[in-house]
Amino acid sequence: MPSKLIEKTMRVNRLPHIWCPGCGHGILMRDVAQAIYNLGLDPDKVVIVSGIGCSSRAAGYMNYNTLHTTHGRALAFATGVKLANPELTVICITGDGDCTAIGGNHLIHACRRNIDITSIVFNNNIYGMTGGQYSPTTPHGEKGTTAPYGNIDYNFDIPKLAEAAGATFTGRCTAYNVQGAVKLIEDAIKHHGFSLIEGMSVCPTYYGRKNKKGDSIAMLNWQKDTCIDAKVAAKLPPEKLEGKILIGELSRDESKEEYTDMYMKIIERCGGNK
Amino acid sequence: MSDKRFQLLQGNEAVVEGAIAAGMRFYAGYPITPSTEIAERSALRLPQVGGKFVQMEDEIGGIAAALGASVAGLKAMTATSGPGFSLKQENIGYAAIAEIPIVIVDVQREGPSTGLPTSPSQGDLMQSKWGTHGDHPVIVISPSSVQECYTETVRAFNMAERFRVPVIFLMDEIIGHLREGCEMIPPEELTISNRRIDRQFNGTLAYAVQEGNYVPEFAPFGKGDHFNVTGLFHDLDGFPTNDNQQTDSQERRLLDKITKRRDRIQKWEEVECDDCETMIVCFGGTARAVQGAMDEAKKQDFFKIGMFRPITVWPFPEEALNKIIRSNKHLRQIIVAEHNDGQMVLEVQRIVEGRVPVIKLGKIDGTTITPEEVLKKIEEEY
Amino acid sequence: MAKTEIRMTGSGGQGVIMGTIIIAEAAYEDGKQVIQCQAYGPEARGGSSKAETIVSDDRIHYTKIKYPDLLLSLTQESLNKFKDAVKPETIFVVDSDIEVPEEIKAAHKVYSLPILDSAKDVIKNKMSANIISCGVVNEITHVATQEAMERAVLNHVPKGTGDTNLAALRLGGQMIRDYEK
Repeated sequence: MPSKLIEKTMRVNRLPHIWCPGCGHGILMRDVAQAIYNLGLDPDKVVIVSGIGCSSRAAGYMNYNTLHTTHGRALAFATGVKLANPELTVICITGDGDCTAIGGNHLIHACRRNIDITSIVFNNNIYGMTGGQYSPTTPHGEKGTTAPYGNIDYNFDIPKLAEAAGATFTGRCTAYNVQGAVKLIEDAIKHHGFSLIEGMSVCPTYYGRKNKKGDSIAMLNWQKDTCIDAKVAAKLPPEKLEGKILIGELSRDESKEEYTDMYMKIIERCGGNK
Repeated sequence: MSDKRFQLLQGNEAVVEGAIAAGMRFYAGYPITPSTEIAERSALRLPQVGGKFVQMEDEIGGIAAALGASVAGLKAMTATSGPGFSLKQENIGYAAIAEIPIVIVDVQREGPSTGLPTSPSQGDLMQSKWGTHGDHPVIVISPSSVQECYTETVRAFNMAERFRVPVIFLMDEIIGHLREGCEMIPPEELTISNRRIDRQFNGTLAYAVQEGNYVPEFAPFGKGDHFNVTGLFHDLDGFPTNDNQQTDSQERRLLDKITKRRDRIQKWEEVECDDCETMIVCFGGTARAVQGAMDEAKKQDFFKIGMFRPITVWPFPEEALNKIIRSNKHLRQIIVAEHNDGQMVLEVQRIVEGRVPVIKLGKIDGTTITPEEVLKKIEEEY
Repeated sequence: MAKTEIRMTGSGGQGVIMGTIIIAEAAYEDGKQVIQCQAYGPEARGGSSKAETIVSDDRIHYTKIKYPDLLLSLTQESLNKFKDAVKPETIFVVDSDIEVPEEIKAAHKVYSLPILDSAKDVIKNKMSANIISCGVVNEITHVATQEAMERAVLNHVPKGTGDTNLAALRLGGQMIRDYEK
């Protein structure tokens, strides 16, 4: 029997999902649904936009207006949805390859525009759907089917990239820490401007196996041991933060005006609102 | 902005005015010669009518944002030229399979790659039909005057909304940059098709069609129907499926909605085709040189020339062309004049099946075909 | 069928494109059929630029001009480039600083007028050379009424420059009337 939350937020007849046993995406999808539910948003006014890849299958299971688009283009589609009807809450679910490789250009420009979209990147550090090729977030030196001798690319820090590009809210959460993730996603949705959250997933099937990271539980435990809340970290000396990954809210800027607000003012100035 | 009914406009500008009259309220695109005036005028005009304009970071973003806006309920357009048209192809296929209405303007320019950005061409004719991968429905309309840039854009939007397909408005630099008179027919005097947005599916299926119909009704996001839109083959609910039978029935319906209704989509012009000895088949800006040749021919007591001009280039007005070939007993040859190395000529040869000689008059140097060249070709081949 | 084909040429930035638009718009307002088009691209950035207007009583099919009825050139370079694409009846209008080959003078009606200097010295606005040119061209071809020309000028020049540009238009017409005396 599905839980009450699942019944209220998912297309139950479409479950179970297609993700591999041990995959972190199901947890992160549930976190997003929980955040939408907690905020009491009208489901009729919630739009989930996704691209292509493992992450992006989430849209199909979620019982909102869902738009499963082309590879890399979720944020560009979402920009059109949001600008066309600013009263909709637009949430993008995308992956590390979808968002930062093929969709990297749309990412930085959505950040720059500060359009009120919440983008959650399910980062499993690999191309899962196509069977384990290295992605822009596969750590330097690790392996993928297309990096059999080790990855010589350097990887992105997605929240830093987004912040530098102008995103006015960035954060990171893990599949391990459900409560922290739900709270962070709620804050990101509430933020009036472009927000980006890196959701650290786990891919035991490809990334984990290729790189001898153990099973899903071992990978989730690694998240638990390695990640530290940014607020806690701020009080610790640098030597204690060696090798740690910061999670929670990472940056926020309330000074920039939101994009659709500015556009509506142009319409008013042109007399187009009459 | 002048509210005069008759205005001197560029073809590119008239497209925007026609689009707004048809109800366009969203434009997303990326600057590219020779289509940029379409973006510029949309940026100026849309907020005046409560619409939205956004200049996206690239061509793909342009069509993607327009599709997003269409799903959210606004009539949307994007415009581009060759290189950008190539970049937009994947999402044209997405619009076809997800059945999202959109108008894509391609103001053609010469050559592959960057080519000759400011020179006229019609080299994207086949791309407009086959550019995106896989079997897919598409409607392509090509205007020959500034007035048609206005009225045929209205029709392009009507077709997009009525059939839930991407409609490609295939222009060329000749017409895009031409200024001539345009009657700004107000919306209340035009036929305007709107998608059905009042329907709530209420548990019925988002992609189901009623018996004898090909096009599912469409409620935009935000109206209470939580349906899924995807570029994967999907069931009647919009959810991805690998079922071969469902794939077949969805793909058949997508294609049938155009082929079985083509008589409502095809449009063409016939000038003196009933008893001509040479019939020139042409489209878009090339028709102006052909008409110029016909004017000259009349002065010179030349052979009798007719012109057959598809306005809907895809689906090609095949039955109309066949009818002329069957009924015109004087017809000795067909010349297909086009600014490419012979694309429409292939379609005409397919239809004519050797009943009369079909000859190509192509030009690919970035200059326009002249009336003299048309007359010379007729004489050579006669 | 009365049909007049006008080709205006100069260097990029002299406003010959705007000139042809003003003439076309005025003739259109007068109820004529018109076409206006121009060369685009690198050709239009610096170097010589070319713009054309066709005015006719009947529908205009072919959109390009082969041999114009009137060729206006504001620079030597543009005259050199376009002087050969003409017919015997082509009227030449050139700025008086331009050297016109003897064979053209012998075969054609040529108006050599101080358009650029007048813009600078009389109108006190170098940018008005194209408007003076409009006055000149319309006084020769009479494709539009003076009233329509004036409305079209006002429709296209920056706010606050209307009077100056109307003066430029009238000066152009006057140049031809004086020339004919």
